[in-house]
Amino acid sequence: MELDKNIENLLERYFDATTTVAEENELKQYFTSSEVAPHLEQYRPLFGYFSNAKKERYTKQVPLTPRKRRNYRWISVAAVAVLTFGIYFGSNGYQTYQEQKQAEYAYQETKKALNLLAENFGKGTEKVAYLQEFEAAKSKIYNEN
Amino acid sequence: MQQTEFLNVVMPFKDKLYRMAKRLLVSREEAEDATQEVLMKLWSKNEEMGKLKSVEAFAMTMTKNFCLDRLKSKQAGNLKLVHSNYQDEKTSLQKQLEAEDSVEWVGKIMEELPEQQKMVLQLRDVEEYDYEEISEMLDMKPTAVRVALSRARKAVREKLVEKHSYGIG
Repeated sequence: MELDKNIENLLERYFDATTTVAEENELKQYFTSSEVAPHLEQYRPLFGYFSNAKKERYTKQVPLTPRKRRNYRWISVAAVAVLTFGIYFGSNGYQTYQEQKQAEYAYQETKKALNLLAENFGKGTEKVAYLQEFEAAKSKIYNEN
Repeated sequence: MQQTEFLNVVMPFKDKLYRMAKRLLVSREEAEDATQEVLMKLWSKNEEMGKLKSVEAFAMTMTKNFCLDRLKSKQAGNLKLVHSNYQDEKTSLQKQLEAEDSVEWVGKIMEELPEQQKMVLQLRDVEEYDYEEISEMLDMKPTAVRVALSRARKAVREKLVEKHSYGIG
């Protein structure tokens, strides 16, 4: 009877949220024991539930992947290196390409010029052929004399 | 902080985080996902952990925020949480009867409480934190915690008494 009075008192304070954790544990203990006063029986599931609920466990593995912290700084350094490399050699290549083109152009122009020259030479020799005719005629005349 | 060290810190309260998540999200799968998410976030913040007063309280706050966000987005997206674990508990007839008449009933009652009351009840009556800790975790004043707790307990009692008298009558 004494105990019941105490429990009733505790219950009242429990519902006003003025009990301490220790007192609440006392309540839990009382209500999970086999001797619960009939008029307090209705509260039994409440405290039983709380004790039960605490038994639930997180059964999954704690998922700790080794920390994935890639060093992005190094990636950027590498990128810059590749870029400068590319620019350096790329521009080099471009230059040689340009030079080649110029050389080609020069070659074509010279060829053109030489062709022109050769053509004119051809014309020259044609004219010189007449001169030979003259020479032949001249030698004929001289030989006859 | 190294992995083993981190685990040593986290292990003692990971179940509490899970139970809190389950209290709010109800579904076991959802709660497991939430716990996993929170632990991973905690791990990614592990450099700052040394400065914290209480890692446990911090983790609990993270769990709370995560779950509330989750609930909010579910509501916004008009999606219902799927509780596939409802069925599991009712496999045998005897279990069903057990659940019907007593302990599990309290869990069902708690599901109907507003979120704040659920959390307060969970942290106090299940996990047995003191008011200071709860007020830190939930970012509430200690007096507000008491008020919410008292309301939650009385609400559960009301439903339970209702049920009890039905059971008898």
